[in-house]
Amino acid sequence: MQAGSQGGLPPASVSMRELVKEAAIWALVALGLCFPLIAFRTDQGFSHQTVLDARPYLVAALVIAVFAGRLLWRLFKHPQRTRRVLFPPLDLSHRHKAWLPRAGLAALLIFPWLALTLTGQAGAIKWIDNFGVQILIYVMLAWGLNIVVGLAGLLDLGYVAFYAVGAYTYAIIATYVIPATVPVLGPWAFWICLPIAGMLAAFWGILLGFPVLRLRGDYLAIVTLAFGEIIRLVLINWVDLTNGNIGIQTPRITFFGLPFTSRTGETTFADIFHLPGSPTVHRSIFLYYVILGLALLVAFVTQRMRRLPVGRAWEALREDEIACRSLGINTVNTKLTAFAMGALFGGLAGAFFGARQGFVNPRSFEFMESATILAIVVLGGMGSLVGVAVAAVVIIGGIELLRELDWLKSIFGDGFDPGQYRMLIFGFAMVLMMVWRPRGLIASREPSIALNEAKAVSGAHVKEGHG
Amino acid sequence: MDYFVQQLINGLSLGSIYGLIAIGYTMVFGIIGMVNFAHGDVFMVSAFIALILFLILTQILGIASLGVALLVVLVLGMGLTALWSWVIERIAYRPLAGSFRLAPLISAIGMSIFLSNFVQVAQGPRNKPVPPMLNDVISIPLGGGTITISEKQFLIFVVTAVLLVAFWALVQKTKLGRAQRACEQDRRMAALIGVDVNRTVSLTFVIGGALAAVAGVMFMAYYGVVNFSDGFTPGVKAFTAAVLGGIGSLPGAVIGGLLIGLIETMWSAYFSIDYKDVAAFSILAVVLIFMPSGLLGRPDVEKV
Repeated sequence: MQAGSQGGLPPASVSMRELVKEAAIWALVALGLCFPLIAFRTDQGFSHQTVLDARPYLVAALVIAVFAGRLLWRLFKHPQRTRRVLFPPLDLSHRHKAWLPRAGLAALLIFPWLALTLTGQAGAIKWIDNFGVQILIYVMLAWGLNIVVGLAGLLDLGYVAFYAVGAYTYAIIATYVIPATVPVLGPWAFWICLPIAGMLAAFWGILLGFPVLRLRGDYLAIVTLAFGEIIRLVLINWVDLTNGNIGIQTPRITFFGLPFTSRTGETTFADIFHLPGSPTVHRSIFLYYVILGLALLVAFVTQRMRRLPVGRAWEALREDEIACRSLGINTVNTKLTAFAMGALFGGLAGAFFGARQGFVNPRSFEFMESATILAIVVLGGMGSLVGVAVAAVVIIGGIELLRELDWLKSIFGDGFDPGQYRMLIFGFAMVLMMVWRPRGLIASREPSIALNEAKAVSGAHVKEGHG
Repeated sequence: MDYFVQQLINGLSLGSIYGLIAIGYTMVFGIIGMVNFAHGDVFMVSAFIALILFLILTQILGIASLGVALLVVLVLGMGLTALWSWVIERIAYRPLAGSFRLAPLISAIGMSIFLSNFVQVAQGPRNKPVPPMLNDVISIPLGGGTITISEKQFLIFVVTAVLLVAFWALVQKTKLGRAQRACEQDRRMAALIGVDVNRTVSLTFVIGGALAAVAGVMFMAYYGVVNFSDGFTPGVKAFTAAVLGGIGSLPGAVIGGLLIGLIETMWSAYFSIDYKDVAAFSILAVVLIFMPSGLLGRPDVEKV
């Protein structure tokens, strides 16, 4: 059979009987998987004991669907056809390289106004805050983690710890310390706390970095994961400082001292500038530009650092640690700076998060967050800033879009709650993305230094580092 | 003294559960060098399978003998969980063989999220209480007081010990075990001398899943409640145990599991129950910093 012929009948060597047999095996496996978990639902009985509720029709439907699906797949998919690449990796060579980031930046700058014009005051908050600000927070976090994982090749599974340090630094200083010592500075809390949060997170990064630098690869991953969990558990249990699971109410962000909303009748941002519309929209737009500025700061610093000796040492370290040591690079300092830089940006993003939510509690800093950020970095092609930004839009935008599935209720009836399928789909999408595109969305990266002309390097040639 | 011995027993029974899960981590890591992050959730799935099977047997089929019911639950649960583990390997990890190192890790994290949310959707988010069983205790006078071993704990010790011996024999004496050890040492060389590497990897996942199912049955019986989010923390602790014992080493995984169980129980008994997980993770960090290859692991040889 010729490769490349489209669809049609399977080759004569595979008989219909074998196909049915194979599909039957698939159906049997599906039955095995469904049998206890889907066929019987555990429910609470009258005296709070657990009782079973059988769902045989659901299982039958699933098993038949698997059988039919597999049979049709084998009938219409040519087994010898060369595998078609579903989404070819983006190649950011010279032509695209120049305009893509600029066009993206321009789109980001006008996004809030576009949302405001298209959806009006009421609809804009959803787009600016739920999509714009939320995605930009993750862009910033992923760019920060990108320094540690993508550039220096250190696998960090506990990045959310630094995010938490930043958020709680803001919450504690802005809520307790400033009102108790210098209440005049109250409105400026965010701007005072931002550098403190960044520095504290960087300090924690160095503190964590020191002992774990001797570890390699997966050991580093597990220790950073453990560190992330320790921070979260301390936040839950140190009730005197952090108020435990209940969390801390934090003051909202102000426009350089001018509040957006006021319960006590102070002059607000809208009063001074005589702006129409809801103050919540003003605040959302301001938050959007603040996080955009912070994220761009990370991008700018990353690009500059890559050209400095320390940035080049990060990438050299990722490629070959032994060669680095032989060439006299101080690997301890190199790793520490990478850790500290990543932590610094995580801390800044955390302080912003605290000011945006108006509320922090340990539930925002679970392992899921670290996993999501790492998934963004990997899907973004590890090291490519544009790729990471695109991946953040795809993943976080996708998660947010999955909230909008209420129309499914009209198909499946009111008892159907689409919200609970959100993370289910997200988890499976993560698996599929890795199976289809293990090297990420962006296939090429720009070398940080080149002899004559800068040629984009395929991501496949770049090592992922061994920690 | 009696208090200490009592805590020792409690810690060892908790540690046995961790050890059984840790074997799955350590075997998979030894053979394909990946952290099977979804293994903790496979354990949680197995606890749910065990609960449902137990209820089917006692409520629907009306089997009165607890021993028979538990035995059937154990055997069927091992089979069904092994099937889950096998399917997961085929879907999420097999296509990534030979890919770069982080891809299987991300895929495994995705699988872990999928499994816990799947169980949440299929079974609901509430805690599922398990009918109380095996609550009789054996009291042994010791020193000034008495120590008690519940039937559950006794069962955990016996089943764990028997299965570990059986498993040890499997790895040391059978052809499959030889193939597995060969793949662990050098996958390419093993393939050259005729070992079916893919099949061996699949079987490793099947065995890991079956042992996680044993842990799941024990967990269900011991704690009396299961929840869809129960996979993460025991999973991380079992992985901690595998690293502590030296990842890739089977006796190391069991010893690591027992140690983590003991540390956690002793910390709760003598210091503060709130910080028991912090203690377990801190000790992991300390051990790794001073003994990076774990207790029984082979030191990492750097090849230039």
